[in-house]
Amino acid sequence: MTYKRVKIEEVSEPAETLSETKKEELVPLPAPYDTPESTPDFKPLDAAAKERYESDLDGTIAISIPKPKDEAEERALVEKFLAGLEKLFRVEDNWTFLQPLLLTMEHCARCHTCSDSCHIYEMSGKNPIYRPAYRSEILRRLYKRFVKKGGGLLSDFRNGKIRLNWQLVARLAELSYRCNLCRRCAQTCPIGVDNGLIGHELRKLFSQELGINSKECHDLGSVQQLRVGSSTGMNALVVKDNIEFIDEDMSDKTGIEVKTPWDKEGADILLIHNAGEILAWPENPGAFGVIFEAAGLSWTMSSEIAGYDSINYGLWYDDAQFARVALHHAQAAKKLKVKKIVLGECGHAHKALTVIADRILTGDLAIPRESALTVLEEIVMGDRLKLDPSRNDFPVTLHDPCNMVRLMGIVEPQRRVLRKIAPRFREMTPHGVDNYCCGGGSGFAIMSGHNFGDWRFQVAGRKKFEQILNAFAGEMDPAIPKYVCAPCSNCKGQLRDLFTYYDLWEKHKVLYGGLVELIVNAMTDAKPGFIEWEWH
Amino acid sequence: MTILILVTWASFAVFVLAVAGRSIRLLRLPPHVRWEIYPVAHEKGRAHYGGSYMEVPDWWLKKRETSVLGELKFMVPEILLLAGVRHKNPSHWLRSFPFHFGLYLLVGATALLVGGGIATALGAAPGVFLGNLTAALAYVGFGLGLLGALLLLLRRLLNGEYREYTTPMDFANLVLFIAAFAVALGAQVSADRDFALMRGFFAGLFGGGTFEIPALLKVQIVMLSVLAAYVPLTHMSHFFTKWFMYHDIRWADAPLVAGGRMEKRIVAALGYRPTWSAKHIAGDGKKTWADIVTSRGFEEESK
Repeated sequence: MTYKRVKIEEVSEPAETLSETKKEELVPLPAPYDTPESTPDFKPLDAAAKERYESDLDGTIAISIPKPKDEAEERALVEKFLAGLEKLFRVEDNWTFLQPLLLTMEHCARCHTCSDSCHIYEMSGKNPIYRPAYRSEILRRLYKRFVKKGGGLLSDFRNGKIRLNWQLVARLAELSYRCNLCRRCAQTCPIGVDNGLIGHELRKLFSQELGINSKECHDLGSVQQLRVGSSTGMNALVVKDNIEFIDEDMSDKTGIEVKTPWDKEGADILLIHNAGEILAWPENPGAFGVIFEAAGLSWTMSSEIAGYDSINYGLWYDDAQFARVALHHAQAAKKLKVKKIVLGECGHAHKALTVIADRILTGDLAIPRESALTVLEEIVMGDRLKLDPSRNDFPVTLHDPCNMVRLMGIVEPQRRVLRKIAPRFREMTPHGVDNYCCGGGSGFAIMSGHNFGDWRFQVAGRKKFEQILNAFAGEMDPAIPKYVCAPCSNCKGQLRDLFTYYDLWEKHKVLYGGLVELIVNAMTDAKPGFIEWEWH
Repeated sequence: MTILILVTWASFAVFVLAVAGRSIRLLRLPPHVRWEIYPVAHEKGRAHYGGSYMEVPDWWLKKRETSVLGELKFMVPEILLLAGVRHKNPSHWLRSFPFHFGLYLLVGATALLVGGGIATALGAAPGVFLGNLTAALAYVGFGLGLLGALLLLLRRLLNGEYREYTTPMDFANLVLFIAAFAVALGAQVSADRDFALMRGFFAGLFGGGTFEIPALLKVQIVMLSVLAAYVPLTHMSHFFTKWFMYHDIRWADAPLVAGGRMEKRIVAALGYRPTWSAKHIAGDGKKTWADIVTSRGFEEESK
């Protein structure tokens, strides 16, 4: 059985679902997950959710768009969408991405070279609506018909059929959240067309014009971060308290005295973690403290709004929110007069502040930004710590966060460190800039409403799960503890949930964690056993 | 004959104007944020694994080294052999490569005809070798182009995945290529096997004497002229916009330089007045981007 074909123009047609994801179509996983029972059943949407929210794309809901009350409201929303569509192509409204967007709109040859590069399309069993070009082609036809107003009566002939109605708008909004924005498709396109960008631009249109976005990324994310200082909800007092507790714990655990400096003016480094680490994986910021203190670095953390949380969810859905948070990060560094900002183990924060914000932070806000991975490499390879690789004598593989690797080119520092401290390190296939997204990219790692979690683990995360199983093939015996090094908070969030979903820790003792934990685990000046092999 | 010359020159003019116009439009666009994808071919010593200068500690204190050779090593096989498609989509490459390589050979043949025409107009006689080379390039070019266009058309007609993404105009475009190449091939074989008449026509284009050519050759010239004028007006203009996609976006990894031209352009762009109407932006066409992003947004949202 295969999915039925879905024509572009069918996106406007009424149907219970446009193309539902089917468990029996999913690409089979390798052993020991090679039986259908290994994949849990996809939880159907409950009747109340179906009644209340738009859900006729694929039987799942990511962003909970309330159903319009009547036709008048539908029409108003469609009009608003159309207004947003026009703004997407206006210099004043979208200078930030206009050139890449226009080129992508104008030059796709529809050769489908991008299709097989997409882990979501591939692992769903090739659900046609997940093809990277599907949402792009819808937007392209809308752009040509309603923005360029090309073709007149011949528009169908020139641009292909498309009918704008609420059905299309609601499905397109959901569809923009069926892409991890990993841009593997863009990397593959021989012309340079960027279908990943289309997901990003659609999300922007919905957020910036219709106020439709993911609650986790907006209300609980960037809005909360700008309001209280962190998307975790921690204000400065709480975060300092938590870090103090972590420092004490680390000092006890390693025997190395750690006291995180706060708001130290003139320090060389302002270290900004993804604040989620502090709550979910305190050993990660703790390990940073141990390493930085042991290496004798001049560093500080900031208690300014957003100064202690490198998260910038605007990267995935909204230019204004993105710029606001990036400005706060830079202002925190400026206030402390540090030489540079060092970003902890968080992929999207790396790309957001180092690459994307590079053309936003002008004048005295253009403070140098650097990856923690290069700082760590300098420390480890410069022999500034005494390390015993035999303490890491267990299978280790490395996950490449898309934002750090494919989209920023930080490929080797983490590998050089692992080759030095992890004797049983092995690569995933493929890896480096060709690696696959963990399935939690673009905000999915924090989105699990309705049955979106099932989709995230069965479809979006399936390729990564396959890669991990293959990396440890032959060593799945639970007597062998195994470690997936994922130097990124969002990726770790996805791996935590993915492993739980498939019971990977309980059944096969596969743990995940960051790079710093492995470094501290190998430090001979620290008490042995930093990695405790406990699920968290 | 004057009409034929006018058609050819008009086609050339449309081609140049279309390429220039589209390029100028792209160049006049405001700066965009950095949006590169690795590997970036000019990263010296790192492009082979996709690394960037950001792998270097304190990279902003060090000289950034780029390599034009690195770009060429990527671009030459990419342009000539469609290396990306060959690697990532081999079944499509079997159809697309002959089509594109045929076009390249025809561009080569045209260049030789133009060179020969100018030389003749200036009183020099192009040698036999150049004449034979022109014919060889053109025959192979027409043949490959025709074969590729036919295979592409068949794929788009017979393969549902491709058919659903192909507009009627895309089909028409392929038919236009097939018709033009078939007529050209037929005309040359039947009426101008050694391209002597065509060389005479190109000499005539540059005032190098009069020429007489049969009707079929005239049809060929008109059809190819229409095609040359038409292509840069369509999405097929990727033959030159690809430069922007790679150099302005995919490989545009240059960091902002304080006081530099890019910084000035960014500052100007921050003065644009957006009209996005969601509450957290509340763009009214009066506030600038700078105004909006230096507010925290949630105040507007809670109103």
